[in-house]
Amino acid sequence: MKTKLLTLALGTAALAFSATANAATLDDVKAKDFLQCGVSTGFPGFAFTDDNGDWQGFDPAFCRAVAAAVLGDASKVKFTPTTGKTRFTALASGEIDMLARNTTETFSRDVDLKFTFAPVNYYDGQGFMVRKDLGVDSALGLSSATICIQTGTTTELNLADYFRANNMSYEPVPVETNAEAQEKYLANACDAYTTDASGLSATRSAFENPDDHIVLPEIISKEPLGPLVRQGDDQWADIVKWTILALITAEEVGVTAGNADQMKADSTDPNIQRLLGATEDNYGAMFGLDNDWALRAIKAGGNYGEIFARYLGTETPLGIERGVNALWTDGGLMYAAPIR
Amino acid sequence: MTTATQIVDGPVDSGGFRLSQLIYDSRYRSYTIQVIAMVLFMVAVGWLVDNVIDNFRDLGKEFSFGFLFQPASYDINQTLIDYNSQSPHWRAAVVGILNTLLIAVLGCILATFLGVAIGVARLSKNWLIAKLMTIYIEGFRNVPVLLWILLFSTAFSALLPSPRQTEPMLAGFLTATNRGFYVPATIWSEGAGLLAILFLVSLVAAWIFGRWATARQEATGEILPIFRIRLAIIFLPVLALFFLLGSPMTLDFPELKGFNYQGGLYIRSSFMALWLALSLYTAAFIAENVRAGIQAISKGQTEAAYSLGLPPKRTMNLVILPQALRIIIPPLISQYLNLTKNSSLAIAVGYMDVTGTLGGITLNQTGKEMECLILLMGFYLTISLLISGVMNLYNNAVSLKER
Repeated sequence: MKTKLLTLALGTAALAFSATANAATLDDVKAKDFLQCGVSTGFPGFAFTDDNGDWQGFDPAFCRAVAAAVLGDASKVKFTPTTGKTRFTALASGEIDMLARNTTETFSRDVDLKFTFAPVNYYDGQGFMVRKDLGVDSALGLSSATICIQTGTTTELNLADYFRANNMSYEPVPVETNAEAQEKYLANACDAYTTDASGLSATRSAFENPDDHIVLPEIISKEPLGPLVRQGDDQWADIVKWTILALITAEEVGVTAGNADQMKADSTDPNIQRLLGATEDNYGAMFGLDNDWALRAIKAGGNYGEIFARYLGTETPLGIERGVNALWTDGGLMYAAPIR
Repeated sequence: MTTATQIVDGPVDSGGFRLSQLIYDSRYRSYTIQVIAMVLFMVAVGWLVDNVIDNFRDLGKEFSFGFLFQPASYDINQTLIDYNSQSPHWRAAVVGILNTLLIAVLGCILATFLGVAIGVARLSKNWLIAKLMTIYIEGFRNVPVLLWILLFSTAFSALLPSPRQTEPMLAGFLTATNRGFYVPATIWSEGAGLLAILFLVSLVAAWIFGRWATARQEATGEILPIFRIRLAIIFLPVLALFFLLGSPMTLDFPELKGFNYQGGLYIRSSFMALWLALSLYTAAFIAENVRAGIQAISKGQTEAAYSLGLPPKRTMNLVILPQALRIIIPPLISQYLNLTKNSSLAIAVGYMDVTGTLGGITLNQTGKEMECLILLMGFYLTISLLISGVMNLYNNAVSLKER
């Protein structure tokens, strides 16, 4: 905990000591030749370290796509693990260039904390997980329960609102990280654990007996998750934004990591040609990149659907259905503005 | 050779002040250095402040404390004053401050009792006790306090049963669960006010008696068993009135309802873990202070007291302890300060102290890092100075009076 306070203090001190962090993040990233990306401290599926100690997961995949678009190499990313508490300080102080850490887009974060949110890459909602043997089948039955909650997140506020609105009492047990929450929950030190439903599935998948636990049906909030950057650098915000939109577009038009090069050479579809830079439109140059930016981003980890399937989808231990995160053509909410 | 005498330093009578004297004249040189150092310091501070202002402007942030009056929107588990999620941020900060003070005060008290007992025990002639205390002191002093806090917290949540599996112990006076401990709460009914007034009156009476007994001893040399009589003065009337009024107090026993025990007094395991770990850790340091204080008093003092005919207990109370206290108190102050500041590790076990509310959730939800940290540092500074101030007053009271 000391280290976390230290991070906070350092971040704040950075406000005092750092020479004014200037607007052109793109130039900074190109100059140092790597992208500094903030991720969570560990969350199955969304951000975790593999056997080699490399960061993997849904969020790091988007960092790699941006690095590939900007620097031409998906491996040129340095990851900074952040907690719910330290993430905004890290971003605001310039310690990281972008934050991809299941962060909910809210009014105050956008307007008051001065961040710019890239498009949502995962639509989530807050749920509850309980032991089956408690015999609870609805969140409304949780009155007077002890509930573990990650401190410094929107879930903390939603929880307060939900119990207040339903006139129920509860005992919050604040914890810092998902791992701590899991430990407390498994030790039965709290009756329920609440966080984003995807997070609950992810956490449950790592349990010894996942079937002894259920995620209650109530979803008590909207949690649109997506990467974010500092406000005031529109060029950089645009790069992150359109990298994500390019990955979604790629899924729409069927471009994958495997066939991207071939599609660029062969495709006659103007949409695909514009996306992959086969035409002379020079969209990349408009925000300081070259024509192949989207091609490289797609080749880094595949299109949106491929990334989802690799880390979260039904083939993974998490087993999350696409649901609202399907393409709009499949009845979901993923709808990319056209690249033209 | 008049020119030679003018070279030696010292006042130069003719010609008045010359600029080179600022460097070469030892009377002025220290001023020159101090002025330069001061200017450099001010420039550094000015640069930092200017940078903060610049960076705030670049980030589009505004330096203001207005957020303190917006609703906090989060819940806190342990609140000593009325608080709900609609209360403003400043109230959440006050809740945190009170929680910090609670842990600091209770921690200092327990650490002092334990520390004194262990410090004395380490000097025991009993080999086993002395060695056990040595192991305790070295063990606690040489492991970071954060690890002790986590160890206690983990032990409580892993080893104790969950509320539904637990059984009240000691005829219902203690219920230990992995979420916390429940003890019966006292409910005062009519007549409790009278009891409180009588108790205060008894305290005053005991104090007056003490002064009278001292004066009497100085006049006649007779010694009264002051402690026992005082105890009787304080408690006997209160006990008598308590039964006279027909026991105006009932106990509220905790009962298992739904997910948790309800009623009674709930002591969260986060509080217990933090309190015990901080107290046991600090007690190890205090024990060493106590040992050092006692060992610093020369054996001749004891022998002199014995030769005057003072019994061992009076020798300890009137000769050894007053002198040892002078040595013990100053380092004791820093131990109290350490304990108070270490309590900011509370968030490790989810205890909502001021670092957890103002410096944690409020900071995070409002994004006012600079403001929150300034307030937080101001609070810890104030508290530390207050503790030092009070303890220094006490130190002056017991320190050597030279006339």
